[in-house]
Amino acid sequence: MPESAAPRWHARFMLGLLLAPALLWLGALIVAPHLDLAVLSLRERVGPRQYAASLAQYRTFFADPLYWHVFVRTAWMSVVATLLTLLLAFPIAWVIAKLARGRAGSLLFIVCLIPFWVSETVRTLGWMILLRESGVLPGLLVRLGITDMPVELLYHDATILVGLVYTSLLFMVVPLISSLESLDNSLIEAAYDLGAGGFTILRSIVIPHAAPGITAGCIVVFMLTLGNYLTPTLLGGKNSEWFTEQIYNQFIVRFNWEQGAAFGFLLLGLSTAMVMAGLRLTGQRFGDVMRRT
Amino acid sequence: MRQICAILALALFTAGAAQAAQKLRILTWADYVPADVIAAFEKETGITVEVTLSNNEEIISKLRATGGAGYDLAQPSQDRITGPQREFGIYKPIDLTQVNLQQFQPALLDIVKRNATLDGKLYALPYLWGTDGLVANVKRAKVADYGDLCRADLKGKTSIRLRRPTLMAFAFAAGKDPFSLYGDPKAYAALMEQVGATLSACKGNVKFFYDNKDQLLNGIRSGEIVAAMMWDTGGWSLNRENPDVQFIIPRSGALGWLDTFALPARGRNDAAAYAWINFTMRPAMAARITKSVGSFSAANGTWPLLDPRLKAQFTAAFPDSALKAIHWYPAIPPGLEEIEGRVLDRVKAAN
Amino acid sequence: MSTPDLVADAVVKRFGEHVAVDSLSFAVERGSFFSILGPSGCGKTTLLRMIAGFIAPDAGDIAIGGGSMRGVAPNRRPVNMVFQQLALFPMMSVGENVAFGLARRGIARAERRRRSEAMLERVGLGGAAHKRVDELSGGQRQRVAIARSLVLEPTLLLLDEPLGALDLKLREHMKIELKQLQAAFGTTFVYITHDQSEALVLSDHVGVMSHGRFEQLGTPQDLYYRPQTPFVAAFVGANNRVVGRATARDGASIEVTTADGWVIRAIHHAAGAIAVGDPVEAFVRPEVASLGRSEAQLPAGQPPHAGEVLSVLFDGANSAVLLQESRSRREFRIALPQTGQFSDLKPQERILFSFDPARAVCFPARAQAAGADA
Repeated sequence: MPESAAPRWHARFMLGLLLAPALLWLGALIVAPHLDLAVLSLRERVGPRQYAASLAQYRTFFADPLYWHVFVRTAWMSVVATLLTLLLAFPIAWVIAKLARGRAGSLLFIVCLIPFWVSETVRTLGWMILLRESGVLPGLLVRLGITDMPVELLYHDATILVGLVYTSLLFMVVPLISSLESLDNSLIEAAYDLGAGGFTILRSIVIPHAAPGITAGCIVVFMLTLGNYLTPTLLGGKNSEWFTEQIYNQFIVRFNWEQGAAFGFLLLGLSTAMVMAGLRLTGQRFGDVMRRT
Repeated sequence: MRQICAILALALFTAGAAQAAQKLRILTWADYVPADVIAAFEKETGITVEVTLSNNEEIISKLRATGGAGYDLAQPSQDRITGPQREFGIYKPIDLTQVNLQQFQPALLDIVKRNATLDGKLYALPYLWGTDGLVANVKRAKVADYGDLCRADLKGKTSIRLRRPTLMAFAFAAGKDPFSLYGDPKAYAALMEQVGATLSACKGNVKFFYDNKDQLLNGIRSGEIVAAMMWDTGGWSLNRENPDVQFIIPRSGALGWLDTFALPARGRNDAAAYAWINFTMRPAMAARITKSVGSFSAANGTWPLLDPRLKAQFTAAFPDSALKAIHWYPAIPPGLEEIEGRVLDRVKAAN
Repeated sequence: MSTPDLVADAVVKRFGEHVAVDSLSFAVERGSFFSILGPSGCGKTTLLRMIAGFIAPDAGDIAIGGGSMRGVAPNRRPVNMVFQQLALFPMMSVGENVAFGLARRGIARAERRRRSEAMLERVGLGGAAHKRVDELSGGQRQRVAIARSLVLEPTLLLLDEPLGALDLKLREHMKIELKQLQAAFGTTFVYITHDQSEALVLSDHVGVMSHGRFEQLGTPQDLYYRPQTPFVAAFVGANNRVVGRATARDGASIEVTTADGWVIRAIHHAAGAIAVGDPVEAFVRPEVASLGRSEAQLPAGQPPHAGEVLSVLFDGANSAVLLQESRSRREFRIALPQTGQFSDLKPQERILFSFDPARAVCFPARAQAAGADA
């Protein structure tokens, strides 16, 4: 008995040792700050350097239509951005996974990767140079005679969506490629052979097969979009109204960490709820989906 | 193994060397600390200067997060010192025996003493000052006060900042004095609501709420923006590029801001900080800083050393009467910023 | 003889320089079981995919049920295909798989259900409609794949080596089942395989394909007993190949002498003339030869040959002995009689053998006669 127990104990110890850096990282940099924020969100300032436990921060959120308006808007725009990304990424992933052979496929993939060689800030500023009233695109529109005067293409909801979709594309393309690559071409041919047209094949064969990849991509893109700060703030300008900006404002501009922490948790709750709803809707399990990414 | 030892030894050695050399860590605004001034200071004292760029809100947030550690010198505005100090205790009092007070302009020193003293202790010294007013391309827009930025004929061509100075400016423009209501939160909140409503209605007129200096400067340079609420020297530097762009003191008066030196509560090198303060307040250094930054130094005796064109622009813009009419920000009592924040959020969300 | 269900007329397909299908013409009778037999890379899959419509021929035409298929998409052809890996839809139940094609034809749900269940019943899978595909055994999946196609009552059912993925035992079983299914439905089957045993057992007609052409097209018996080319002789069934020169000729009977002086006789009945002195190759099937410990034990009138036992290959009814012919040191395979006689042979034992020269075939040697030793 002790003879067999010793190696097992040893193996456990080694496993623990191997996982220790990751666990420490998780504990120190993710779990601990969240606990701290949770405590922070549940208190209220009652005087200089005096705080009391309270639900006031959450009450403020629900009492003031301003905040949940921004909250709902952020969620809605994120959903739209995710769906647009999916629509755009699907054909790209299809071409890379099924049509392009060898070099052409990797080349296409690199094209998708190129935007990520520069930082998000630079990318977004690039969009601003392109879209601002005195920028490249409005100038082009005037020269082509499509508009009489340069039009401001920045600071619209559509601009925010363009920026978000652009930033998210790769995160959708990658899981889609892997799920489409595993689709046996003969299934498509079989469906075709049995009389199905392109749309039916897409609906009844390709999408059900790629569902875990689609869900995985959507979850990643949705979370990235919901938590994005830079793109909506810079491209949306005076109309950005992204919830992360509210959190930033509470923390940095208002010094109201309590309110900011509460907002942070509400956002965390929102993204969790949306992901769960999405999984429920498509009848999938989180673990299965995440293995796809 | 020997290689690893060598690397470790090297690492320890360089760390030790860095410890030995004196270092001054400054938390300040963009452009506030010119490189040539740093070089001169390092040459004279042997102290290395490390600069982190920030703004009023971030200075406070950063120091709050660390309890006042990580920096040896910070440069918040004079009205934003006692509030955060009372709330978060992020600064330590100035030791006046370490400072050459003769180098400061008494009027500006008085303002700081009035606003940055808490429990009998002074927490700041003046560094640079300037005013906020209007900048306009006079060929394309005639503006006399902040309210004109909301005029229909300038739709989509103006810009303001969605921060508290804008609230103050529009309150003055509406004929009210927000500073006098600092002691009466209820009346102050009512005034802010009124200003918020004005700004919400004006939002459609504004092209963007600018977040940083360059955004606004580029907007005006490209002609996308023809009138904006802006700081004086920004207007004057644009004026040098294009004479049509001018700094205009609003009818309701310019807003005077004054940025300071303050010592973070857990700064490690106060001696270096005082050395830096005394160094940068020397007239020659202060003039150099003004030339580089564009804002006026709080140091004595810089006027004769300034660029004649800047002097001309200043005297043209600020006759004695205008200089007296500058509204200097008093210290903000706690609670007001929350009221303002709520109003600003509402403006941001308005359609 | 009724009108053919499938007619290929000078069909050509090239991939770059490579000619996959080389001006191929043939017809498949209605209701027959037609196999295309060939080694991998011979072009049989390309041919099948052209019939299904997944690729278009470069030249020539394919007609199915009397109509040209030029420009007709796969989903509009009266043809269905059973794929090599079956390609059952894993995201659907068995019943949904079978009903898939019916749904595409706009048949109402209730009718779809009735027909697909009836079809499953006919292939012996009654009551399996609700099952998931991965709950079925390999043979059951096979039947679902066939049911999925046959429920559409196609003019032509194409089968792309559907037994390839099964293990041996099941393969033998499914062979019989396929034959019975085809007989029961009466649908024309076009079957491709590289397994000559499958082709022989199942087919009414077999096309033996090599390098994009049919070497021979005929009944399994034709191929086996009257191969027209050395390739067919070597590829269809087991065969002993003897390479040499024609040293004498008596009508169709050719005397073949190997380089080391072994002499046999074989019949020349295929195309191409053989003159004395020409290089030739002869084939002798293992079951044609007889063994004997003495000349008296050999059938009368057959020239005797001698050899030494290399090994006894016991395989039940297919048992054989591998000899080394004494003169040429060539390997020669002879089937052991079903009686159990000679099952006591030992390696190194000397033995006599003979065969009827009328049942051995001889061809002019191919340009590259080396490779295909059977």
